[in-house]
Amino acid sequence: MTHDEALAQFLLRMGDNTLILGHRVSEWCGHAPVLEEDIALANIALDLIGQTQMWLGLAGQIQGGQSADDLAFLRDAWDFRNVLLVEVPNGDFGRTIMRQFLFDAWHSIVLEQLQSSADDRVAAIAAKARKEVAYHLERSRDTVVGLGDGTEESHSRMQGALDYLWPYVGEMFAVDEVDAIMTDAGVAPNPFDLRAQYDALIEKVMTKATLTIPENRFAHKGGRDGRMHTEHLGHLLTQMQWLQRAYPGASW
Amino acid sequence: MYAQMIKTAGTGVKSREEMTEQERKFQEKIDADIKIEPKDWMPDDYRATLIRQISQHAHSEIVGQLPEGNWITRAPTLERKAILLAKVQDEAGHGLYLYCAAETLGVSRDELTEMLLDGRMKYSSIFNYPTLNWADIGAVGWLVDGAAIMNQVPLQRTSYGPYSRAMIRICKEESFHQRQGYDAIRKMAEGTPQQRKMAQDALNRFWFPSLMMFGPSDKESVHSAQSMAWKIKINTNDELRQKFVDQTVPQADYLGLTIPDPNLKWNDERGHYDFSEPDWSEFFDVIKGNGPCNVDRLAARNKAWDDGKWVREGLLAHAGKKRARNLAAE
Repeated sequence: MTHDEALAQFLLRMGDNTLILGHRVSEWCGHAPVLEEDIALANIALDLIGQTQMWLGLAGQIQGGQSADDLAFLRDAWDFRNVLLVEVPNGDFGRTIMRQFLFDAWHSIVLEQLQSSADDRVAAIAAKARKEVAYHLERSRDTVVGLGDGTEESHSRMQGALDYLWPYVGEMFAVDEVDAIMTDAGVAPNPFDLRAQYDALIEKVMTKATLTIPENRFAHKGGRDGRMHTEHLGHLLTQMQWLQRAYPGASW
Repeated sequence: MYAQMIKTAGTGVKSREEMTEQERKFQEKIDADIKIEPKDWMPDDYRATLIRQISQHAHSEIVGQLPEGNWITRAPTLERKAILLAKVQDEAGHGLYLYCAAETLGVSRDELTEMLLDGRMKYSSIFNYPTLNWADIGAVGWLVDGAAIMNQVPLQRTSYGPYSRAMIRICKEESFHQRQGYDAIRKMAEGTPQQRKMAQDALNRFWFPSLMMFGPSDKESVHSAQSMAWKIKINTNDELRQKFVDQTVPQADYLGLTIPDPNLKWNDERGHYDFSEPDWSEFFDVIKGNGPCNVDRLAARNKAWDDGKWVREGLLAHAGKKRARNLAAE
């Protein structure tokens, strides 16, 4: 694998994470538990789609002239490189906000490191995204704490969400050839090295939220290398890509 | 215009002689364009009418998220998706400012929400129509926001301070939305034959419902006269509708789209376009709950509220615990 091939894969991982999570969050539009949440969820989805434009834009450039839209709307599921965590369905609001927190915590740590990437283009995107993600993390963290340490019902729903999502966390820290090339070139940190910082943050927040982190360290994998996505991704793409697929070549 | 058929409280405009001293002073302030602020004395009927009007506008912003949200996950490009998300976020924000303005009149957002959900309060009839193809999102921006702006621009000068200030913020964003909507539909009108077909189909379905947004003629209405004397209504429904038609016809011509009204033609003598009235029996059906989407829209809002109950209660309980812990630590 050449440097540029690995870089393109790395960029697709970043951009597909934000694209697919942005899509999931946007599904809440008009259905949130309270008006402030409608506003916040739309805002977060908007940030994530904006970040997607930057990551996929750069990936397409490196791959030889595809646009971010080509990558978003014209690839099939096996070419997507997002972690499985972001494609699982929203479930109730508890699962949505827990998924957001588990992702935001990783996202903020990785973006912080990427700001000093040896690749200036990566560093520039990370610097911009990091400011937005700092807000996402603050909000998802506070909401997880509030609902975990809220009523009996909210506590039990949040514990259920954490139990369901926890097996999807490990994939964010998996390492393969792409990561090895990126780490050696100083483009990106080794994902495995971020785990200790992540665990410390999760533990601190879950303690405040009175939630128990499952002991099981089993991790579902297959998203970030495209080997095996969940069944959910195909349905999501069916919806997201429909217009582009039904009317090929049209300009919107 | 998201406020339709607002029933003005009271019995119509009183003469100076019929007014009490307080009422006279109040009316003089309004006549002198001095804003009424929450702590000022105001007639009960003024307060009641404003609550109805502002909350109907707020409810419309909230329900209006649904037809637009219907296309967020299917937006054809990342840029269009981002624009639509930003727009829907703005609409929810407008809802928030307006509920805050209504709260200054002594009613809570939760009470207003309950009244929307159980059907005691209405939202604009336009949001009971479906968004069926992508050009509808352009048409909503161009026509629906365009019609809304017609009424909201004059309402920036309305007599009630918090309402006027909310309108000033809202108008800035709405005119941006209208331009974006027009740009989206223009792109389709200039696109492939199928995209043109979508654009024309959207215009065919949204034209008359957009004209209905202004409500039936009210030039003879005593209630309307009272609202106008209070400066919470600035123009008659017919004036605004005419202005909207006059503005929109050249825009449709520019797009090469046909407005679905065979009677539409320029009248030199009047200096305005002549046009067909919408089918008012359809309008009253929609108002009564028989529009294509009334039941589904309200069900979606009720579901969001019911499903969200545990979240609101959880966050409230946490805030209470936090307060208690802080007190204990002092």
